[in-house]
Amino acid sequence: MIELKDIAKAFNGNEVLKGISGTLRKGETNLIIGGSGTGKSVLLKCVIGLIKPDRGQILYDGRDFYRGDDEDKQAIRREMGVLFQGGALFDSKTVEQNVRFPLDMLTSQSEAEKRERVEFCLQRVGLEGTGKRMPSEISGGMKKRVGIARAIVMNPKYLFCDEPNSGLDPLTAVKIDELIKEITEEYQITTIVITHDMNSVMEIGQNVMFLYKGLKLWEGDNVSLIHSSVPELNEFVFANKLLRDQAPKPNSTAR
Amino acid sequence: MVTIGKYFVFLGYLFTRREKLSIYWTRFLEEAVNIGVNSVFIVAIVSTFIGAVSCIQTAYNLVSPFIPVSTVALIVRDMEILELAPTITCVVLAGKVGSNIAGELGTMRITEQVDALEVMGINSASYLVLPKVIAAMVTFPMLVILSAFLGILGGYLAGTLTGVLTPKDYVEGIRDSFVPYNIFFMCVKPFVFGFLISTISSYQGYFTKGGALEVGQSSTQAVTNSCIAILVADYLLAQLFL
Repeated sequence: MIELKDIAKAFNGNEVLKGISGTLRKGETNLIIGGSGTGKSVLLKCVIGLIKPDRGQILYDGRDFYRGDDEDKQAIRREMGVLFQGGALFDSKTVEQNVRFPLDMLTSQSEAEKRERVEFCLQRVGLEGTGKRMPSEISGGMKKRVGIARAIVMNPKYLFCDEPNSGLDPLTAVKIDELIKEITEEYQITTIVITHDMNSVMEIGQNVMFLYKGLKLWEGDNVSLIHSSVPELNEFVFANKLLRDQAPKPNSTAR
Repeated sequence: MVTIGKYFVFLGYLFTRREKLSIYWTRFLEEAVNIGVNSVFIVAIVSTFIGAVSCIQTAYNLVSPFIPVSTVALIVRDMEILELAPTITCVVLAGKVGSNIAGELGTMRITEQVDALEVMGINSASYLVLPKVIAAMVTFPMLVILSAFLGILGGYLAGTLTGVLTPKDYVEGIRDSFVPYNIFFMCVKPFVFGFLISTISSYQGYFTKGGALEVGQSSTQAVTNSCIAILVADYLLAQLFL
């Protein structure tokens, strides 16, 4: 479980996050949604330790990331798996070397153990037999899968995905969503997904947090989301013309 | 001043939170091939022709019955050892290696590969940059030695093939008044220049922000700053060691 307490961040006087609090639950896919420029990616970077917030606390199962010393931070970092938007695969390494990289750097496992673990992870994401290929030789969807395999290779307790299905066709996007949900439930990890894709929200959004202009305006599951009376959220959810007719009438449910 | 301060903080960061030594050894070998071995061809071409041109132009300027012809070889040798091999070779390497380092790190930065290392708990600066710095400091002196040899050889070929001087005159000239200390000085320069080129270029690439355009700007900045640093350091080293 990850607890966010009053997270705020400003860049050159421009407040991007204005005090965000919330709980990201274990064994569930926690989605952070919102339009472009609402602070989703900055919040994610604060949570994974790439940007230090100006104020607030981020508690990983009760451990405060920013108040701990270097060793505490390292310990928490080693429990994280991150899937970046573009995959962030190392161009000079093969698929197999990319997945194996955290094991080489952070563990003292034997060759056989590493090989077995890499094979298992590649198989888990449906990429068996592609280990020798370079990142430049695989498709966008495959890159995301390799990214997921690399993120789970260390058995993380927390999985972060930054727009996992951006730039993918709808079918591949659904597969990636399903894979993230399966992994979350199978390993009972805390998964945080940043997205603005409503298909993902409806598919895997067990706990959804809506950001608007640096503020958290709404939190709940994907079922109550479509009955929300928050105008900004409705505008976001029903931006699609096909869905607009399904928009709830005023006073249908409470916030 | 802020940039210079940030550069020194960056240098300090290279040595904190280091990874396992075996990892650096593998990375060092990769970088030594990339920086050193892959630069042999360009260094060989540039050095041979610079040596050849130096010989012809020196001979052209030394038309006097009072100066022995072998002096042409002596001048070529000292020019090569003291300045052309270490400095010009390193300026060429600043262009090739510097832009390569800045481009590579800049691309890794904008495609979040550097972030990926950081969230794994790896000191990305140390892991990516330190092997490059050590590889440059080890391979640059070797390249400069090769450059000096090929430069003097180029002078020999140009001088003898065009009939400017005989092979005997040339060999006599390069053996005349030889100061072994100059070889030491020649090896100190690329050691320092290697450090400057690799760290300045890494700094430029590592802190790239934006997209493809900024990666290009970082590469250009890396080469420009490296060349300026080489020229300043060249002067300081000459004052210090000669």
